Amino acid sequence: MLELTINGQARQVDAEGDTPLLWVLRDTLGMTGTKYGCGIAQCGACTVLVDGNATRSCVTPAESVVGAQVTTIEAMETDPVGTKVVEAWLAGQVAQCGYCQSGQVMAATALLKATPKPTDEDIAAAMTNLCRCGTYNAIAAAVRQAATA
Amino acid sequence: MDGMIPPTDARPGTPVSIAEGRVANLSRRGLLGAGAGALLLGTLASARPARAQGEGLAAAAPRPGTQVAAFLEIRGDGTVRLLSPFVEGGQGIATAMAQIVGEELDVEPANFIVDCAPPGADYLVVNGKRLTGGSLSVRSSYDTMRQLGATARNMLVRAAAARLDVPEGELATEPGRVVHKASGRALAYGELAEAAMKLRPSEVAALRDPATFRWIGKPVPRLDARDKSTGRAKYGIDLTVEGMLQASVVHAPRLGQEPDVLANEAEVRAMPGVHSVHRLPGAVAVLADSWWRARKASEALDVTWKEGRHDRALPADFSSAGMLAALRAEKGAGSPAEESGDLAAAFAGAARTIEAEYDAPYLAHAQLEPPSTIARFNGDGTLELWMPNQAPEMFQAVIARISGLDAAKVKIHSPILGGFFGRHFLYDAAAPYPQAIALAKATGRPVKVIWKREEEFLRDGLRPMGFVRFKGAVGADGMPVALQAAAVGEGPIGRYFTPNEAVDSSMVEGIAGKPYAIGAKRVDCVKVAQPPVIAFWRSVGHSMNDFFYESFLDELAAAGGKDPYEMRLAMLKDSPRHATLLRAVAELSGGWKRGPFEAEGVRRARGVAMASPFGSEVATIAEVSITDGEIQVHDLWIAIDPGRAVNPAMIEAQVRSAAAIGLSSSLLEEVVYENGEPQARNFDAYTILPHARMPRVHVRVVESGAALGGVGEPGVPGVPPAVANAVAALTGQRIRSLPMAKTRLGSA
Repeated sequence: MLELTINGQARQVDAEGDTPLLWVLRDTLGMTGTKYGCGIAQCGACTVLVDGNATRSCVTPAESVVGAQVTTIEAMETDPVGTKVVEAWLAGQVAQCGYCQSGQVMAATALLKATPKPTDEDIAAAMTNLCRCGTYNAIAAAVRQAATA
Repeated sequence: MDGMIPPTDARPGTPVSIAEGRVANLSRRGLLGAGAGALLLGTLASARPARAQGEGLAAAAPRPGTQVAAFLEIRGDGTVRLLSPFVEGGQGIATAMAQIVGEELDVEPANFIVDCAPPGADYLVVNGKRLTGGSLSVRSSYDTMRQLGATARNMLVRAAAARLDVPEGELATEPGRVVHKASGRALAYGELAEAAMKLRPSEVAALRDPATFRWIGKPVPRLDARDKSTGRAKYGIDLTVEGMLQASVVHAPRLGQEPDVLANEAEVRAMPGVHSVHRLPGAVAVLADSWWRARKASEALDVTWKEGRHDRALPADFSSAGMLAALRAEKGAGSPAEESGDLAAAFAGAARTIEAEYDAPYLAHAQLEPPSTIARFNGDGTLELWMPNQAPEMFQAVIARISGLDAAKVKIHSPILGGFFGRHFLYDAAAPYPQAIALAKATGRPVKVIWKREEEFLRDGLRPMGFVRFKGAVGADGMPVALQAAAVGEGPIGRYFTPNEAVDSSMVEGIAGKPYAIGAKRVDCVKVAQPPVIAFWRSVGHSMNDFFYESFLDELAAAGGKDPYEMRLAMLKDSPRHATLLRAVAELSGGWKRGPFEAEGVRRARGVAMASPFGSEVATIAEVSITDGEIQVHDLWIAIDPGRAVNPAMIEAQVRSAAAIGLSSSLLEEVVYENGEPQARNFDAYTILPHARMPRVHVRVVESGAALGGVGEPGVPGVPPAVANAVAALTGQRIRSLPMAKTRLGSA
């Protein structure tokens, strides 16, 4: 049994300690907003916040986040920064297939929490998740818009 | 213009007719041509009546797309659920369907809930068939879906007339309700739906005057934007059913091998959460109570593989390099796909003749959502599946065959797709549904199979390898007078749809049927089978053929001392639609300038290319520089003429997306096989375009008024040649092999 703090709530999960956080979220807790894409921290579809830092949950052992604050896409509409990001994503009509966008929203939220007024270089450095639909320009524009909201 | 798509004034509901006699845009000819589509592995479901309509003549099956109740559920809360013939995978088709139906039904698109329809004869609206692909959805069903909305509205009005006891002619509609102006009364659609759905649909319900359109032609926002920005959207991989087991599979390294010895099966069976271990055709599977436990156990299995039998078994020495050498060595004449003028005389009289060979590699789809399937055998004898797919009836027919069930007992749910690009058609051994079915049968429980990314790269169907040999000539005035091309290889249309035809349209589209005036032309299709499982990939043959052709056209321009833009314009002087589009993209880019020139402190140059894919026309300009031998693409300007725009914002988004994947394939992507195995098994080794290499993309939608063309794919093919032509302008180096990252480039 592991006790994790997910979106501010204590959750008891029955999983081996080395189970990736991604699969604890998706399978054990049924929180499927966080996506599996590659499993090797290449694509970023699984991005969550661990103590505010963008973290690729597919390679993050669940036991390593015991005692940390884990924040997922499911909490974004109740997070002040997350709300701005989601609204900017809507205004910019960013999503196409949408599969990577949970991770993109999380990466953007982590960036804006740490750096409320990012430069283009900050955005380029933080927004490295893959998008096969190529929505990159819309993503960058939405991050800029969220920063001014 | 290739005549593949019916004129927009075609009678609503009539099947799309396919004009013969032109060879351009042949993907659709193969997909839709008379008889051809029915040949797909012998599996295409034949149309069945959705329901009895009475006796005698009335017992005939209703035309697809006419039975309102099969498509629309008008709810009491003012929302409308539409069962769409098409699957949403990012292209925006759910929104487009809501716009088209909503416009005629008189319901705001935002009030629609759109789901992909189950298999059924009512939904065969793509020339009597059904698929989501070929950039066909809107253009094939536009008239049908408009009429469907109008028919539904007419039923609501008739129901209101009865309820209010007034003549139909005194009634009008406003979004979501029927109004009787004379008495000031109004009835919401939700109040009328039950009575309306009992009425017989009228097939002559009047259509709205397009001049009064409120949503068709407008940049209506996506219906799925919020769900996809908040993690609420459910893809196949996110679904669960009660009591299901989860499965992870390990495939044989090479297609055709079978599991031999499982050395540690007992130990693996004792791992946490493990339910059972199974041998499957070409794979082993572990079932567990969670997917991670299943995966961990499947990777702990010590499996040895032996040679087996498979129709598509890959030779143990198969390599992509060897395949390219085989294509290059094939000098056979093939069969003509296009022929005009006196080629021998044109070459004999030419001032200068050049030759070149071009090639492009195998590509993976690399959609971000890994494949999954849930299979469940129900107590009523049905088999229910939740699976990503682009053609429910086609899969239903195959599943009926492999499971021994009547097709009516195979229920298929088609969830939204986390990208597809051609990935989810029927290809050999390329999807997990047979495994899910076998495992559900073996265990008597519902089973969900997810392929880990490494399995996906191992079993994805590939964009074929392409190879084309060109010979061309310019006259004394420097203009092209002769062009000969031989496309060598195999395409998915030929393999899956038209194996007995001499010309595989997907091998020559983008080479044959180009609009340029050249006195003598000949394009040959030289078939050479390719051992791997090949697939449709966004823009199919165009994804490489326009690169080959438009690059060679620039070589001809250089041979004749012509500017490539001015030369194209001159060759299009009798083709106003193309000339207009070429001028439009030049204007969008601030006026044509080839360069090299200085910009932001570096030398840059531009290249131009045109393509005629999927019933649309596209002109593309790229601006590039070179840094440390690596191509930097700064800007792409793309003008697209899809005839008319149903949703201009969605068209722009699709063109930007297509530009990204086109650039990704230009610069980076390549599936390499050695010893029968793909060398890249994840995104660390199969590189797709990252954010950092995304250029600015400028899009102009030109509405020529021509027949509706496709939107999802046409933005792809112009990008590789525009970039290659820009690189040649900058460096003098002509890239004839993709991806460009393989080529050592000197500094500008």
